Amino acid sequence: MSGKPKLTYFNGRGRMESVRWLLAAAGVEFEEVFLETREQYLKLIQDGDLLFDQVPLVDIDGMKMVQTRAILSYIAGKHNLYGKDLKERALYIDTYVEGTMDLMQMILTLPFSLPEAKEKNLPLIIEKAKNRYFPAYEKVLKQHCQGFLVGNQLSWADVHLLEAILMVEEKDPTVLSEFPLLQGFKTRISNMPTIKKFLQPGSQRKPQPDDKYVATVMKILKEAMYYSI
Amino acid sequence: MEFTELESSLREQAIRSSLMAGKPKLYYFNGRGRMESIRWLLAAAGIEFVEEFLETREQYEKLLQDGALLFQQVPMVEIDGMKMVQTRAILGYIAAKHNLYGKDLKERALIDMYVEGTRDLIDLIRVHHKFSPEEQEKNLALINERATARYFPVYEKVLKDHGTEFLVGNQLTWADVQLIEAILMVEEKVSTVLSKFPLLQDFKTRICNIPTIKKFLQPGSQRKPPPDESYVVTANRVFNRK
Repeated sequence: MSGKPKLTYFNGRGRMESVRWLLAAAGVEFEEVFLETREQYLKLIQDGDLLFDQVPLVDIDGMKMVQTRAILSYIAGKHNLYGKDLKERALYIDTYVEGTMDLMQMILTLPFSLPEAKEKNLPLIIEKAKNRYFPAYEKVLKQHCQGFLVGNQLSWADVHLLEAILMVEEKDPTVLSEFPLLQGFKTRISNMPTIKKFLQPGSQRKPQPDDKYVATVMKILKEAMYYSI
Repeated sequence: MEFTELESSLREQAIRSSLMAGKPKLYYFNGRGRMESIRWLLAAAGIEFVEEFLETREQYEKLLQDGALLFQQVPMVEIDGMKMVQTRAILGYIAAKHNLYGKDLKERALIDMYVEGTRDLIDLIRVHHKFSPEEQEKNLALINERATARYFPVYEKVLKDHGTEFLVGNQLTWADVQLIEAILMVEEKVSTVLSKFPLLQDFKTRICNIPTIKKFLQPGSQRKPPPDESYVVTANRVFNRK
């Protein structure tokens, strides 16, 4: 029994990727169990491991945690990535991560949308990134002037934003062209040792979802998972 | 200790703005939507609040122009001198400020898990009115299934295992307030939904009798009714939706 957090999810990004990012940024080593068959998933449910019959599941500090936000908040709180007081936590960090979560959610559900929707939705996502989200964070960086989104040290908000930036850039490499401060932010945060390590090949960072990943998830969950934006 | 004129005027300004900060002000449509959970939590905490209802596109555009909406979206709540957006962030702030977020990191983790669960259930109902009649029929079946097979069994078990009146710790938390909101919302659609959950029935009675919540449940409070046609029309107009 190691003390390391144990992550149970599909072998791909999905909702677990933000958890991998945050643990990595905090310098916390973790183990992973990959769901490959429906039987594995049903066994987790039978064993009572999944509070709401859903993954992500993270075994951490004696708790079987579910619900991505709850997991991320716990890790942030535990590893000093959640600001120094209530104001930093709620007004800034929680608000900022909700924005990046909305943006990343659009991308993570894209492979599961109806084919017609996929083609229409990608330009909408890029548009939202350029007109709604990135301008907001560019302005925060401009006004705050500390190199981080909140306070004067790395927080969950910075890690989450970097993850979102890289995700959107995979879809449109020019997306940061009008945002010089975000470009600087991206370089700086990417070069922080724990994050630099996570960005190297061989880390536990997962690649973009492919058809095989989508097929595996749908086979295991057997839910109609069509999302529209 | 002597203050210069500038220092004492700055002190006065600071005192004045913290006094003026006064009641939280909620900016949203005149209806439930995403703001309703915030109304519930403020009410449960015994915090009076005022509301500005969005009725025209011009009001919304003015908020945008004034830079009041970080991501161009409502809900927005002016609270303690700040313009907060993002429902979860607002709820987390209110909960922590008013001692409704548990006593330590582990209790907070439990509360977070439980409110995320009830949030998912509430969201199924929140969007219900946007669907066509056939889709509404399917959605109703889904709401019933999720409530009775996924969410309510969990909270019934938590109450059973925990053995106290509340979901977490031994006093009211955000988790209890959001659960009662969810229960009442589901009951509006499926009146018998609690029939197999005796502990949740007791929970409902107990929580509804807490003075601040009892007050919120009375006619004339700031609690909003379920969405009707005019609510949909207003929201579409404000957001330029067809």
